[in-house]
Amino acid sequence: MDLLEHEGKGLFAVAGLPVLPSFVAATPEEARRAAERLGPHVCVKAQAKTGGRGKAGGIRVCGSAGEVEAAAADILATTIRGHRVESVLVERAVDIARELYIGITVSREVRSPLLIFAREGGVDIEELAKRDPDAILRRPIDPLLGLLEYQVRDVVDAAQFGPDQPGGTGVGAALAEVCRALWKLYRDRDATLVEVNPLVLTTAGELVCLDSKVTVDDNALFRHKDMVPEPPEDAREAKARAAGLAFVPLSGDIGVIGNGAGLVMSTIDQIENAGGKAADFCDIGGGARSEVAQAALEAMFAGPPVAAVLVNIFGGITRCEDVAKGLVEAITAAHVDAPVVVRLDGNAAEEGHAVLAGAALPNVTVSDDPDEAVRLVVSIAKEREAAAR
Amino acid sequence: MSILVDNASRIVVQGITGREGAFHTQRMLASGTNVVAGVTPGHGGETVHGVPVYDSVHEAMAHIRADLAVIFVPAPRARDALFEAADAGAKLIVCITEGIPVRDMGEVMAHLPRRGCRLIGPNCPGLITPARCSAGIMPSEIFTPGAAGVVSRSGTLTYEVVHELTHAGIGQSTAVGMGGDAVHGIGFIECLELFEADRETEGVALIGEIGGDDEERAAVYIQEHMTKPVVAYVAGHSAPPGRRMGHAGAIVEGTSGTAASKKAALEAAGIPVAGSPSELARLLGEAIKRRRST
Repeated sequence: MDLLEHEGKGLFAVAGLPVLPSFVAATPEEARRAAERLGPHVCVKAQAKTGGRGKAGGIRVCGSAGEVEAAAADILATTIRGHRVESVLVERAVDIARELYIGITVSREVRSPLLIFAREGGVDIEELAKRDPDAILRRPIDPLLGLLEYQVRDVVDAAQFGPDQPGGTGVGAALAEVCRALWKLYRDRDATLVEVNPLVLTTAGELVCLDSKVTVDDNALFRHKDMVPEPPEDAREAKARAAGLAFVPLSGDIGVIGNGAGLVMSTIDQIENAGGKAADFCDIGGGARSEVAQAALEAMFAGPPVAAVLVNIFGGITRCEDVAKGLVEAITAAHVDAPVVVRLDGNAAEEGHAVLAGAALPNVTVSDDPDEAVRLVVSIAKEREAAAR
Repeated sequence: MSILVDNASRIVVQGITGREGAFHTQRMLASGTNVVAGVTPGHGGETVHGVPVYDSVHEAMAHIRADLAVIFVPAPRARDALFEAADAGAKLIVCITEGIPVRDMGEVMAHLPRRGCRLIGPNCPGLITPARCSAGIMPSEIFTPGAAGVVSRSGTLTYEVVHELTHAGIGQSTAVGMGGDAVHGIGFIECLELFEADRETEGVALIGEIGGDDEERAAVYIQEHMTKPVVAYVAGHSAPPGRRMGHAGAIVEGTSGTAASKKAALEAAGIPVAGSPSELARLLGEAIKRRRST
């Protein structure tokens, strides 16, 4: 679960990380009132769950309440990389002396959290890693020991603060506090990413988290009852999720249902290889019963019309007969007229085929070969596309 | 021979009184596996399909020797179950549970080496040495003993490939489902090392998917250390970046972890990469035949 900048900063403030005074505004009028309270020099920032806000014009520095109102009106009317901007953060502006980068994320390689620090911030950290690998400090954090003091000192040393900069020698101690607070936040909130880019040193000698990027582990939400994920924007995804299914909307016109993430991904790949395009990724999981298969078809038909549907089931624990029953019920009840290609193999496949044959649904074609089923569904979809033209 | 489990393996099932635990205990027993004990706190003294239930793993181990723990405990309590199994002396743990927080798995993975304990999973189907031991939830009916090693990040794709192998008359030495989570136990490299050393295994099918760099690192390992043929398949070529495809590990982050980069790394190491699961089974069959004829 990705948090918006202002949600992340809310957690930062509670954790004792330095953030600037700010207000969230959903209308230009609210933005103006925020600016009146914060003073004229403020920054108006689009709140959207995507990067590249600056380049897309989603961040504007303003000098008056009137300017803020106009900027907020512009930004609220935009979409950034397909994400609607629902609110803006109006934040007091600061004069920047230096920009730094600090973050903690999961490293698959060392199977533990990894603290990343760069003395150059405000840039794309992956680009910096390519351009100047030595500018980046990486310290794996032992999950049982936590962040160690020598690692904090390594970060402060890497910042290369001189005696002449704003804030003097106190800045090192402030940076050490940021490291400790960030680790505590990462751990206590079950984050998989906390990133401050940039962490700035102001001309007044203060360290401030100018941005926040926080991702919370969805699997840990049972420990954080205060965090409720937003319902998905896609109607199919919302419906599927409510039924406990894994669903990802895609842009093609061939509906795909299968059991097991790997099998569904593989099915989508085969469809593309054969010249088709999948409308979705829908995994009904292991041991799926008939209600689940039914819910999957219903979710799929809650979206834009599909040209054809491929149901690809390899029964391990799942009994193909149960899936077949669910499909027959869903197709009959919802009066589905789109062609459905069903491939059943493995556990109780013969019984499954018998259920489908017994129902004799005119739009259902059965195949027991996965490659053949893919070829069939792609050719049917193409015929329907051609007929519609 | 086989890897990790055989007919001498003795299993304790944690979470044995739950719906999944009881169901799969019955299936493991039916496939001839030695399930010797079960554990559910508060259920000591009961039996499940004839298997005695204890209140703790320590107590079970005090009565009956077991060397392998299979965990069906729900995600919020899985971390504790994993620590308990390791501390009670299990040398191998198979964790079937899906949805364990990354933080918990980080802590578990930091602890297990201190007990000399290895983990398969979590969020995995377990492993099977056909006709000898099924530790987990794989459908033993589709397996048959033989020469093919299988190691996979995906359960159903494993079944698909094994089904094809069995139909083509190629049996399996051991099949390992390593699971789909970002932080997991045994990976491709550990399994490949074991398959290379196993006399029964004559070739290995590696089934990968998007996310992480396990496949890329396996490619380097295979090139440097494997004399037995390895063939591969990678799922998720058409997965959109930034979206999790079903489980935590299957996600393309930025430009890393794509199916294309994995396929390229494997091919650069001289490993044939199949275009479909059925082709993977065919390629492995051919590779084993070629090896036998030379």
